[in-house]
Amino acid sequence: MTDFISYVIRGIPFGCVFALVAVGLVLTYRTSGVFNLAFGAQAFVSAAVYYDTRVRHEWPIILSFLLAVVVVGPLVGFILDRFIFRYMRSASELSRLVAALGLLVAIPQMVQLWFGQSPSFGVVGIWPSSQGSNFAVYHLGDYSLNGDQVATLIATFIVGVGLTAMFRYSSIGLRMRAVVESPRMTELQGINADRIGTFAWMLSSLIAGLAGVLLAPLFAQVNSNNFTILIVAALAAAAFGKLSSIPLTLLGGVGLGVLGGILAGYLPTNSVLAQGLRPSLPFVVLFLLLIFSPALRRRREVKDPLAGVDPPPPGLAAIERSPALTWSTRIFGLIVGLGVIAFVMNDRYWLLLAIQALIFATIFLSYTVITGMAGQISLCQATFAAIGAFTTAQLVNAYDIPVMLTIVIGAVVAAVVGGLFSIPVLRLGGIYLALATFAFALMFESILVPLDWVGGGATPLKVPRPVIGPVDFGSDRAFFFLCLVILIAVSFLVILVRGGATGRFLDALRGSEIAAQSIGINPSRARIVAFALSAGIAGLGGGLFATQVGFAQPADFAYFYSLFFVVLVVTLGSRTVEGAINAAIGFIVVQELLKRIGLSASWEPIFFGLGAITYAKNPEGILEAQKRRSNAFVQRQFNRFKNTTTDPVPAEPSST
Amino acid sequence: MSVTPVPLLSVTEIVKRFAGITALSDVSLRVETGEAVGLIGPNGAGKTTLFNCLLGILRPDGGRVQLDGHDITGWPVYRRARSGFGRTFQRIELFAGMTVVEHFLVAARARRGDGRLWKDVVGLDRPRPQDREEAERTLELLGLTDVANRSVEALSLGRGRLVEVGRALMTEPKLLLLDEPSSGLDRSETAELTETLEVVRRERGTAILLVEHDVEMVQRFATRLYVLDFGTLIAEGPTRSVMSDPAVRRAYLGESGEGEPGVGEAV
Ligand SMILES: Nc1ncnc2c1ncn2[C@@H]1O[C@H](COP(=O)(O)OP(=O)(O)OP(=O)(O)O)[C@@H](O)[C@H]1O
Ligand SMILES: [Mg+2]
Repeated sequence: MTDFISYVIRGIPFGCVFALVAVGLVLTYRTSGVFNLAFGAQAFVSAAVYYDTRVRHEWPIILSFLLAVVVVGPLVGFILDRFIFRYMRSASELSRLVAALGLLVAIPQMVQLWFGQSPSFGVVGIWPSSQGSNFAVYHLGDYSLNGDQVATLIATFIVGVGLTAMFRYSSIGLRMRAVVESPRMTELQGINADRIGTFAWMLSSLIAGLAGVLLAPLFAQVNSNNFTILIVAALAAAAFGKLSSIPLTLLGGVGLGVLGGILAGYLPTNSVLAQGLRPSLPFVVLFLLLIFSPALRRRREVKDPLAGVDPPPPGLAAIERSPALTWSTRIFGLIVGLGVIAFVMNDRYWLLLAIQALIFATIFLSYTVITGMAGQISLCQATFAAIGAFTTAQLVNAYDIPVMLTIVIGAVVAAVVGGLFSIPVLRLGGIYLALATFAFALMFESILVPLDWVGGGATPLKVPRPVIGPVDFGSDRAFFFLCLVILIAVSFLVILVRGGATGRFLDALRGSEIAAQSIGINPSRARIVAFALSAGIAGLGGGLFATQVGFAQPADFAYFYSLFFVVLVVTLGSRTVEGAINAAIGFIVVQELLKRIGLSASWEPIFFGLGAITYAKNPEGILEAQKRRSNAFVQRQFNRFKNTTTDPVPAEPSST
Repeated sequence: MSVTPVPLLSVTEIVKRFAGITALSDVSLRVETGEAVGLIGPNGAGKTTLFNCLLGILRPDGGRVQLDGHDITGWPVYRRARSGFGRTFQRIELFAGMTVVEHFLVAARARRGDGRLWKDVVGLDRPRPQDREEAERTLELLGLTDVANRSVEALSLGRGRLVEVGRALMTEPKLLLLDEPSSGLDRSETAELTETLEVVRRERGTAILLVEHDVEMVQRFATRLYVLDFGTLIAEGPTRSVMSDPAVRRAYLGESGEGEPGVGEAV
């Protein structure tokens, strides 16, 4: 019994930190409609600032604390609100999610540029203790807490009481409650909703910063991965509070911490299950909450009744332009493509990069299906790629099956897993679907990948290049053409499906779900097919990737890539095959450029992460938008040249 | 009026409650094949809610819905749609980003049930010539031919409603549920629409259940009327007699006593 209570007590401080971030999450969600996944990253910012000043530069505790929590925390919130989210009030839920994802990808990388890549140890908490050691221990009967744990309890208590009092009694709290109902409505009553929104952002960012500073000593290190766990745990707590109740959210956070403490206490420390399960507890809880909580499932997204509706996506440039122009573009593209092939055939280094680009383009086509066609954001595409890669590797190593066949089997397995996974999560839709896929990606990575029969254990599994008949694809030149053929085949697959019944049904569902159903479209079926197809394509790409590298390595399919790829593809264009290819080229070329210039590779996620914010303005991708603009321009010149007034230029959509 | 043993649509004692209010209490109605029936009632009476219960968008808290004698109360929306319901929406619900003719083609395709992925992959499931002809005919019937390839965002509200009607017709429904199709249309457009609906009913044998505030349109179109008020049916019967029912006039004219001209006295 005493054991049990001591485990519970050990879990409470973690729970408090989860609760703090969760409260910030609920606060911003309710006041600005943004589901700020970047709070974990913001907590990381404050933790890094605190650590840097306190430990590396030996500032006094109080100064470091003030700078990290009271200055930097709210400042980041202020910047995010003023320069990004304020302009997204009437944007779609999805584009706000994409912007937050972009920040989640970009912010930790920016911090690491300055702070360093590796985790930093020797963290000192905010509790004053003799000689910088944090062994000040306080006894409560048989149980003991150290200073950092006590500090966490006190801080959480203060925040909880403070927020409750603010909402009850202060005028800004009351006005915040009004803004939650409807920002536009509130503005009509003469309250500045923008100012309230900024306040809420700064307040919740301060709380997130506080959580970051408190969390670091609990884990005894400053490491960006812990902050991912932090945000997921906070999401779970917020889901427990149904995204609205602050007391329930606090309770959920603390409960999660306690559960983690109990698990840590009772599970044998050396079993694979325990090692995987303990850190992934928040992922599992979030996943289960999303799937089984009817309140969340039925809840419509917070929607301002007076907000503007989304402008519909404009037609694709390829559809709007004249056939002559389309054909000349195609011929031009073909010539450039042939030129590139001729070039890379004679340059080993660029050949390798070109092969990678082809494989990534294949993987990115999975986004064309799930995001471009089905209108959903999936944060587990790298997981499906991993399923393809690991299946390939396991089959090749265990049985004597030709590699090409195992790649196909890998794709099929990924498709089946994707289809099955989509059944419980599809009814969630929108942002909750994205969160469920995120939880799934993290669970897969922390529970399944370490298992021998999945990730292959300590040494990565070898995967040879395919041999088909007399052709050995061990040579890079031959392999290049194999990848090219596969990419072309998958592109045609996507184009055909988009033009067929499945694609048209998905278009209708994106336009109006209720109307689509009322003409007889089965929404779940169409989406399950899309999910499975997308997962299969990602799995195929994953298998190819493994044969290209020669290994199926877990690190190549880390969850981070799922986030980064979404941001990348969505920025460059998720609606077209061309967009996927552009994204792959962009990915490889920017990586290469950074290497040549001598800049850190972190700049790439930063660049595309911040680029994702443009999604709100150009949901079809910046390249597609540019293409339309240049189309209109070329067409105008063309018409002037022909000197006719017939066949006017397709009007460019005037809105945004 | 003789009542056949198995009506096309038969609704038995539907109950629907929302937090705090009972939007429908024990509403029963029936519609025969090819019949034109009106459903009227003041704002908030529960007309749209009833439509949503019929189509499965809302789950009723009690009662049964039967189509052609089959109990479809538990069916999902898409299955009901395939078995013969078509509807339009009071708040227009079009597929953003699609052209008018695309709306019609996707509806024609949806009528035939789920697609098969392999058929898409080999390019088999493209719009068929007969679907295109059907779409042409529907465009003509509704006078939308000139905007066939226009994206629906560019249309006026009135024409948007016509697109909804056309989309529903493309699924070849046995029963068409229209939720205030005339709002957003001017007088002559309304008259035209009424005529079109009459043609559809006569030529295709489609039964139509019409929710409408435009009393003139209802009187011209419907042979039978149901009147809802605060979730209860307060009258039903042939249009003429219902329109002169004092209870209906009271509900319709409201407390003020001066309502739309034409209720009652136009009969
Ligand atoms: N989803 C909902 N949740 C709660 N109450 C609802 C909901 N939908 C409708 N109601 C309520 O049910 C009642 C009936 O609404 P309904 O929209 O069916 O009326 P109506 O007859 O269609 O009115 P109108 O002529 O204005 O279209 C109203 O009081 C409405 O406020
Ligand atoms: Mg209504």
